[in-house]
Amino acid sequence: MELTRLDKEILNILQNDFPLVERPYAVIADRLGISEEEVLARVKVLKEEGVIRRIGGVIDAQKLGFYSTLCACHVEEDKVWEAAGIINQEKGVTHNYLRDDWYNLWFTLTSPSPEEGEKIIKDLEKRIGAEIKSMPAQKVYKIKAVFTGR
Amino acid sequence: MDVLDREIIKALQGDIPLSSRPWQEIAENIGIKEEELLSRIRKFKENGIIRRLGAVVRHNKAGFTVNAMLALQVEESKADEAGLKLAGFEEISHCYLRKVPEDFPYNLFAMVHASSEEELAGIIKRIVEATGINEYRVLRSLREMKKVSMTYF
Repeated sequence: MELTRLDKEILNILQNDFPLVERPYAVIADRLGISEEEVLARVKVLKEEGVIRRIGGVIDAQKLGFYSTLCACHVEEDKVWEAAGIINQEKGVTHNYLRDDWYNLWFTLTSPSPEEGEKIIKDLEKRIGAEIKSMPAQKVYKIKAVFTGR
Repeated sequence: MDVLDREIIKALQGDIPLSSRPWQEIAENIGIKEEELLSRIRKFKENGIIRRLGAVVRHNKAGFTVNAMLALQVEESKADEAGLKLAGFEEISHCYLRKVPEDFPYNLFAMVHASSEEELAGIIKRIVEATGINEYRVLRSLREMKKVSMTYF
């Protein structure tokens, strides 16, 4: 879908400045000079069209006491779907992308502890028949939504 | 974290109701006052457990059709300087320093979002100029195999 200027303005507020008040959409509406109903109707369309995946909290796994890591593995081209299917069954795997590099499957794994994470990785290695490299973050320099109003 | 906190994380890790008063609905479901919910969420934001509140957007549907993971090779002593420079790019959403294996020595990761290959090339050129790092790999996402939010509780 083609995003209108209003859509982009709504998205930017929704992404980066969602008001933590009783009627958040009324506050957004005030800022944009439209009605609360109009904002809600537009957000509904943006969700239905899949532009907005969800509205909620982006939670810091580490601060909640969980362990998370980025994993990479090399899988033969004709085995990619099978391997991804096995990997994706894991509840702690939240992102999995096919990428154009020798290491072609990249996924994130969140688990209650590093030990449990390693156990899951070992188990996945056996099941997909490929080595998995784990690359946990040492430092975070940025986590932010990108603006859509460019 | 008490039982109530867990209930709140449970409600916020997914999609909150799209209604005029979403917090009231959530508070009612949990069985607390809206005020109590809002004050607890505020606390989660202050202590960083909730990093951000709001919409999670599908980049490819919001005009960013070329999304790449840029992995740069940087000496650890120079990582902070480069990482902070990358953080200043509005086209970069995530930037991390990672522990990497020997056969993939690119330790500084940045997620870059562009609307075309030309734009991506331009951003990378500016990154190389800003950081002075010439050793890097561009890993485009060819296909999203899975993307969900974590279910913690």
